[in-house]
Amino acid sequence: MPDPILELTDVSLAFKGIKAINALSFTVERGEICALIGPNGAGKSSLLNILNGVYRADSGEVVFEGERFARIRPLQAARRGIGRTFQHAALFGKLSVLDNVLAGLTRHSRTTLAEHAFGVFRDRAETAEFRDRAEAILAFLDLSAHRDAIVATLSYGVQKRVDLARALVGRPTLLLLDEPMAGMNQDEKRAMSGFIAQARAEFGTTIVLIEHDIGVIMDLSDHVVVLDYGRKVGDGTPAAIRTDPAVIAAYLGTPH
Amino acid sequence: MSFFLETLAGGLLAGVMYALVAIGFVLVYKASGVFNFAQGAMVLCAALTFVTLRERGIDLWLSGLITLAILVALAVAVERVVLRPLANRPQITLFMATLGLSYVIEGTSQLLMGASVHELDLGIPDTPIELGPIQLSQFDLAAAATAGALVIALSLFFDRTRIGLSLRAVADDPGAALSIGIRLQTLWAVVWAVAGFVALVAGLLWGARQGVQFSLTFVVLKALPVLIIGGFTSIAGAVVGGLIVGASDSLAEIYLGPLLGGSVSTWFAYVLAVAFLLARPAGLFGERAIERV
Repeated sequence: MPDPILELTDVSLAFKGIKAINALSFTVERGEICALIGPNGAGKSSLLNILNGVYRADSGEVVFEGERFARIRPLQAARRGIGRTFQHAALFGKLSVLDNVLAGLTRHSRTTLAEHAFGVFRDRAETAEFRDRAEAILAFLDLSAHRDAIVATLSYGVQKRVDLARALVGRPTLLLLDEPMAGMNQDEKRAMSGFIAQARAEFGTTIVLIEHDIGVIMDLSDHVVVLDYGRKVGDGTPAAIRTDPAVIAAYLGTPH
Repeated sequence: MSFFLETLAGGLLAGVMYALVAIGFVLVYKASGVFNFAQGAMVLCAALTFVTLRERGIDLWLSGLITLAILVALAVAVERVVLRPLANRPQITLFMATLGLSYVIEGTSQLLMGASVHELDLGIPDTPIELGPIQLSQFDLAAAATAGALVIALSLFFDRTRIGLSLRAVADDPGAALSIGIRLQTLWAVVWAVAGFVALVAGLLWGARQGVQFSLTFVVLKALPVLIIGGFTSIAGAVVGGLIVGASDSLAEIYLGPLLGGSVSTWFAYVLAVAFLLARPAGLFGERAIERV
């Protein structure tokens, strides 16, 4: 029985007359890994930015968890359980890995400012709990060895993993990953795909991700949406997409 | 020798007073990467409000509490009216906004409470006491103790609490901070309120020292070399910077003054700051930019 977590209907977005996204509709089922593919400039990142409130759609409707939103702000999106990572890892570069991950738990804080400032009442238990959760995620993503390192000093691949850890620690119901494997070699990509698949298996997180590597997508995702010039040109299982003539023409390329 | 020690100690204690002002700048800079030009105006506003309440015969502690409440209200208002509409704008925009804000606060304070010079008595005697070979002002010692307590409390707040962590996260990347659910607006209001509290402490001590008057806003100018030397992002740096400026100022005045025709302390700190900018642009305790190429 279908149980959609996210439904888009006729969503459009234009920048000064250029249609970045044109009447786009698709549905993401709860618990699936949905890949957005398409050439550069197809509107993939713009779409993620609409979903977590950085941009506002000009028209159309987005329904998340049965609730329609015309306009959501990044803060509300995060508090409703939409987590994300960024194409160019937007981490807190001057902070340690552990502090970055702890910051990702902010939305779960239940203590008042005063309790927290003086470290009394519920604050002690919460601080200990947050630390445990952060340590668990670091262990889960094989980052424990880097926990005290300053993020800006780490390699790009590790930074991408820290970005994932920071998003995942907040236990989002919907996780948006913007090119989580960009700039990685095959081994690193395989490791990252493994972490993403494990995250879904372990926490039941629904994942929408942007990726260019077709091989990775075919292995990892349950559902693929293909974009080209802001329009949807394909929507289906990886196997169906691979043989769809329209998709091949637009993106995968025809063999010559 | 005891003359040297006394000059040095007097300079260090004066430096603590500079550090008090500099800490207010560090707080806002840490949380938003912006040099808050209005900090001097906040010092004036705090001192003027307090002294006006005292002159109406209101109790010392009650005056302090009312002034603090006004500064917190000011912080919330600044966040609502100035910072919120300018969120995610370039930092130079925010800096210009604080420049305008300083005129608004100065003007409003003087409009409501007058521009005359007020005497402020905090009940701390300014008589010297003997400490071994040297004499020190009791008032300066009290100021130093206050500054020390303030620094320890603020350091714990920033380094040990999650609010502090959120503040550091916001300073690093406000957009990313919003996306993971950090309430930028609440944080900014908290920071400005704490900066207001620091302005109150600085305003009272400076006001008691030289009278409450418009020239209090100029302590900003003395805070600038302190920040350059200590680093814009470090509370400990502000203290060390303040001590260096205070000590070198008074030593230079005594030992270089006769050679250069006096008034050395008006410019010596700036020359020192320029030297630091050349040798150590991030200051003694500032965060050096980490860059991977």
